[in-house]
Amino acid sequence: MAKHSTKPISGLRALFRDERFWQVAFQVIVAAVVFAVFSYLFGNLTRNLARRGTEFGFAFLKNPAGFDIGENMLGYSTANQDSYAKVIQAGVINSLRLIFVSVITATIVGIAAGVASFSDNWLVHKISRLYVGLIRNVPLLIQLIFWYSAVFLAAPQEANQFVLSAFNTNFLIFNNKSFRAIGPGLPGEIWVGLMLLGLAALLFGLLLNSINKLRQGRYAAGIAGVIGRLGSVAVIVAVVVADYFLLFSNSATDNLFFKGAAIALFTNPEGLWIVGLIALAIAYFVIGNVRTKAIVEQGQDGKALLGVMGAIALVGFLVFILAFNWNAPVIGETGRASGGLTMSIRYLAAVTALTFYTGAFIAEIVRAGIQSVSRGQWEAARSVGLSNGKAMRRVVFPQSLRVIIPPLNSEFANLAKNSSLAFAVGYPELYNLANTSLNQTGKPIEVFLVVMAVYLTLNLLISLNMNQLNQAVQFKER
Amino acid sequence: MTTVSSRPVERSAPSVQKTGPLAWSQKHLFNSVFNSVLTVVLVGVIGYALFNLFTWALTKAKWAVVTGTFSTMMSGLYPSGSYWRLWFILGMVLTLSGLSWGILARNQKKLFTTPPLGGIGLAALLLVLLPMTRPYLLYSLGLLALLAISAVVGQALGRKVPSAGTYISGGWFVSYFVMLYLLGGNTFTDSMLYTVVAQIGLGILAGWLLSTLITAATVTTWLGRLGLLALGYVVGYYVLGNVLYAPLVGLGLSYSIFLILMQIVGVLLGVLLIWVFSDAQTLQTIGRVALFLAGFVGVFALMGWLPKQLGLEFGLETVRTNNWGGLLLTLFLAISGISLCFPAGVLLALGRRSKLPLIRTFSVAYIELVRGVPLIAILFMGQVLIPLFLPEGMRPDSVVRAIVGLTIFSSAYLAENVRAGLQAVPQGQAEAAQSLGLNKPLTTSLIVLPQALKTAIPAIVGQFISLFQDTTLLGIVGLSELLGITQDLLASPKYLGTYAPAFVFIGAIYWVFCYGMSFGSRRIEEALNTDLR
Repeated sequence: MAKHSTKPISGLRALFRDERFWQVAFQVIVAAVVFAVFSYLFGNLTRNLARRGTEFGFAFLKNPAGFDIGENMLGYSTANQDSYAKVIQAGVINSLRLIFVSVITATIVGIAAGVASFSDNWLVHKISRLYVGLIRNVPLLIQLIFWYSAVFLAAPQEANQFVLSAFNTNFLIFNNKSFRAIGPGLPGEIWVGLMLLGLAALLFGLLLNSINKLRQGRYAAGIAGVIGRLGSVAVIVAVVVADYFLLFSNSATDNLFFKGAAIALFTNPEGLWIVGLIALAIAYFVIGNVRTKAIVEQGQDGKALLGVMGAIALVGFLVFILAFNWNAPVIGETGRASGGLTMSIRYLAAVTALTFYTGAFIAEIVRAGIQSVSRGQWEAARSVGLSNGKAMRRVVFPQSLRVIIPPLNSEFANLAKNSSLAFAVGYPELYNLANTSLNQTGKPIEVFLVVMAVYLTLNLLISLNMNQLNQAVQFKER
Repeated sequence: MTTVSSRPVERSAPSVQKTGPLAWSQKHLFNSVFNSVLTVVLVGVIGYALFNLFTWALTKAKWAVVTGTFSTMMSGLYPSGSYWRLWFILGMVLTLSGLSWGILARNQKKLFTTPPLGGIGLAALLLVLLPMTRPYLLYSLGLLALLAISAVVGQALGRKVPSAGTYISGGWFVSYFVMLYLLGGNTFTDSMLYTVVAQIGLGILAGWLLSTLITAATVTTWLGRLGLLALGYVVGYYVLGNVLYAPLVGLGLSYSIFLILMQIVGVLLGVLLIWVFSDAQTLQTIGRVALFLAGFVGVFALMGWLPKQLGLEFGLETVRTNNWGGLLLTLFLAISGISLCFPAGVLLALGRRSKLPLIRTFSVAYIELVRGVPLIAILFMGQVLIPLFLPEGMRPDSVVRAIVGLTIFSSAYLAENVRAGLQAVPQGQAEAAQSLGLNKPLTTSLIVLPQALKTAIPAIVGQFISLFQDTTLLGIVGLSELLGITQDLLASPKYLGTYAPAFVFIGAIYWVFCYGMSFGSRRIEEALNTDLR
C-alpha cells in the first residue's frame, strides 16, 4: 500500500484517476448511447414508413380536407375544397378562443375564491375551502364531461327553450344546443383579429425583452456570449416576421387564411371603433400616470386631469354601447333562435370546466400568496384606518402578487394544455382537428410535430410574458 | 381607538370573552351589516341547493347505473372466476399499508387517532349501507379488520426491529410483481415475479455471499486481474468489433483476419487495464466486484435454465390486458406510472442540476419539450407512434404504451419538483459532506437527495395526484379504465342518459383517492419533520 501511494503516477494511469477525464468520458458515453438509441428508433421509423409507402413531408397540408368542422371562425367549408392548412388554423383559432376566455374567467374565479378564504365571514371562508377541496381532487376530464352531458345537454330542448326577455328584447336564450345572449354583433373577422392582436401583443413582450437584453449586453464571455447574441437577434427577426403576419397578412397564397389583425380592424367600421377604443384606453392610462406623478411630485390635487379621464371613460362607454351593433337573439317563426352572441354548449362546457378547475388551483396560489404577506402589513393597514376590504385591495394583495405570479405562470400554461381536453366533448379545438386530419391523411408524425410546435410556442409566449410581469411586480431593490 | 398617549390609561378589568353559539355567530357571521346580509343570502342559497340535491339524489336520480354495474366499474371484464386474485391483491396491499402505517407511527403513543379511526369507521359504514357492496360484505369488512390488525402489528414491529422500514420497502417492491403476476396469470416461471425474486433476488444474494465469504487477498487480487482481462476482452472484441466492423471489413479486410485482430485488441486492452489498475487495493476491490458478478450471473442463468429442465410449468390462467378495466386498471396504471416516473424524474432533476454541459442540455431539452405538449397528445401519439419507432411486428400492449406515455409526461414535471427541492438544500450541506471525504455520488445520494426529497414531498405528491387524475385521459384514448368503462356503460341503451349519477359516483371515487393521497402526504411530512420548533 504505502509503496504504491508514494510512487508518483503519471501518463495514462494519472489520466484514468483524473476526475476531469471521467467527466468528459461520462458525457461522451451518454451522448453515444443517446445517439445510438435515436438512430435505432429513427432507422425503424424510416423502414416502417417505407414499408407503408408514405414519405415524410408537409405537402399534404395543401390537399383539400373532406370533413366538416362544427364551429369555425375562418369560414372553412368543404364546399370550397379548403385545405388541411386551413383546418389547422381554424383549430388554432378555436383553441385560442377557449384559452383567452378561460384564462380571464379562471383568474377572476381563482382570485375571488382565494381572497374569500380570508373572509371574516365563517360561511364564505368555508365555502371557499370546500370549493377548492372538492374541485382539485376530481379529474378535469370528469368535470368536463359532467358539465357537458349532465348539465348542458340536460338543458331544455329547442322546443321549450329557456328565454329571458324584457322590454320586447330577448336577453338570453338557452337550450341544449347553444347559448345566445345579447351582445356586440361583431363579424367573425374582427373577433379573430382581436385574438391575433392579443397574440401580437404577447409577442411584442418577447421583442422588448430581446431588445433590452441586446442593449444591456448581459451575456457570458466567449463563444456562449456570441451564440446568445445571435440567438437574441434571431428572436427579434422571428418576432418581427411573426408579428407582420399576425397583423398584416391577407392572402391565402401565404397559406394563411385569416385576415391580419390590423387589416381586419381597419377594413370594418366596427373595427375602426375598436381602434378608437384602444387609443382612448391608452390615453386614459397615460393621463392617469401623468396625474399620479403630478400629485406625488408637485402636490397638485389633480382634479382637472380627473375630469379629463372621466370624459374619456364616458366617451369610451358611449362608443362601446352605440357603435358595436348590439343585437339581441330573436326567435324565428319555427321557434328556432338566431342572432346574438352565440356559444355552443360544447364551448360553454369547456370554458366552465376549465374555469372552475383552474380557478381552484389559482385560489390556492392566491391564498398562499396572501399568507406570505407578513401580519404586520395587515395590522399597519388597519391601524391607519383602512377597512378590511381596503387593506386587502390596497396593501396586502399588491404585495402578495410577488409570490402569486410565478406559480400562476405554470397554471396558465397548464390551462393552455388542458384546453386540448375539450376534444372529449367534441369542441373542434386544435387537437381535435389534428386528430381527425391524422386519421384522414395517415401522417401521424407530421401532424404531431405541428401540434407540438403550436403548443410549445403558446407555452413559451405565456411563460415569457408572465416573467416580464413578474419582473414588474418584484421589489425594486438597489 | 385611542391615539393620544399622554392621557392616563384607564384601568379596568379585562373584557370577558363571550362564549356560546350566539356569541360565536355574532363574531363570525353577523359582525357587520354587509356580512349579515351575505350570511342570510348564502344560507338561503345553500339551503335551497342542498334541498334540491337531496331530493334529486333520493328520488329523481337513477342509481341503477351504479348499483347494477358495480363489479364492471371496479374490475372491467375481469373473469369473475378469478376474482379471488383481486381480493388477494387487495389483502396484500392493505396488509402492507397497515404495516407501513404502524411503522411510520411507531413513535406515537396512540395509533388510532380520530382521523384514521373515523376513516375506517366511515368506510365500514358505507360498505354496510351501500347496496352494491353488500354481496362482498364479509370480504370487505375482513379486509378493513386486516388493515387495523396489521397496523397494530406494524407498530409493535417498528418498535422492536429498527430496520423494519427497509424490509417493508422491499415488501412493497416485491408486492408490485406479485400483483402483476396475479393480475395477468401465465406460467409462473415465465413471469416477471419469478425473474425478480428467483433470478435477480437470489442472484444478488449469491453474489453478495461469494464476495463476502472469499476475502483472501491473493485470490481476490488474481480474480481482479482476471476480471479486468475479461472486461478488456469484452470491450475490445464485442464493442470495438461492432463499431469497427463496417469501416474495416467494409473496406476490404478479410473477415477471419478481422476476428483475430479484434481478439488481439481485446487481450491488449485487458492487459492495459491490468497495468493501469495495478495497485493491490484497487485490484482487490475489482476482484470482489468480479466475484459478485460471477455469483449473480451464475445463479441468474441457472434459475432461468433449471425450471425448463425440470418441467415446472405450472401457473395461473392468463387474463389478457384488454380484460382489465375499471378502477382496477386505473389503479394499476397510476401505480405503475408513479413508480416509474419517480426514479426517472429524480435522475432528470439531477441531470438538470449537473455541472456537465451535455448532460444538462439533454435534461433541459427533454423536460422543456415534454412540458410544452399536452398530455392527451402524448398519450394518443404514444398509441400511434410507439409502434412506428419499433422494429416491424413489435407492437407493445396498449396498457404498456399507456404507461410509457404517462411516465414520459410525469417524469418531466416531477423533475421540476425535485429540482426545486434540490435548490432548497443549502450549498453548505454538500460542502460539509465533501469535507468529510464523501465522493460526489455518495454526497448526492446520502446527504443532498434525502433532504431535497423531504422538502419536495408536497409537490411530489401533488404530481402523483395529478398523474392519478390524468389516467382518466386514457379513457378517451380507448382503454377501459374507470372513466372509459363508465362511458361505455352509459352508451348502452339500458343506462342511456343517466350521466349525472354515474359521474357523481366515479367523481367521488377519484376524490377519495386524491384526498387520501394528500392526507397521507401531510402525515408523512409530519413524521419526517425534524424541525424542533
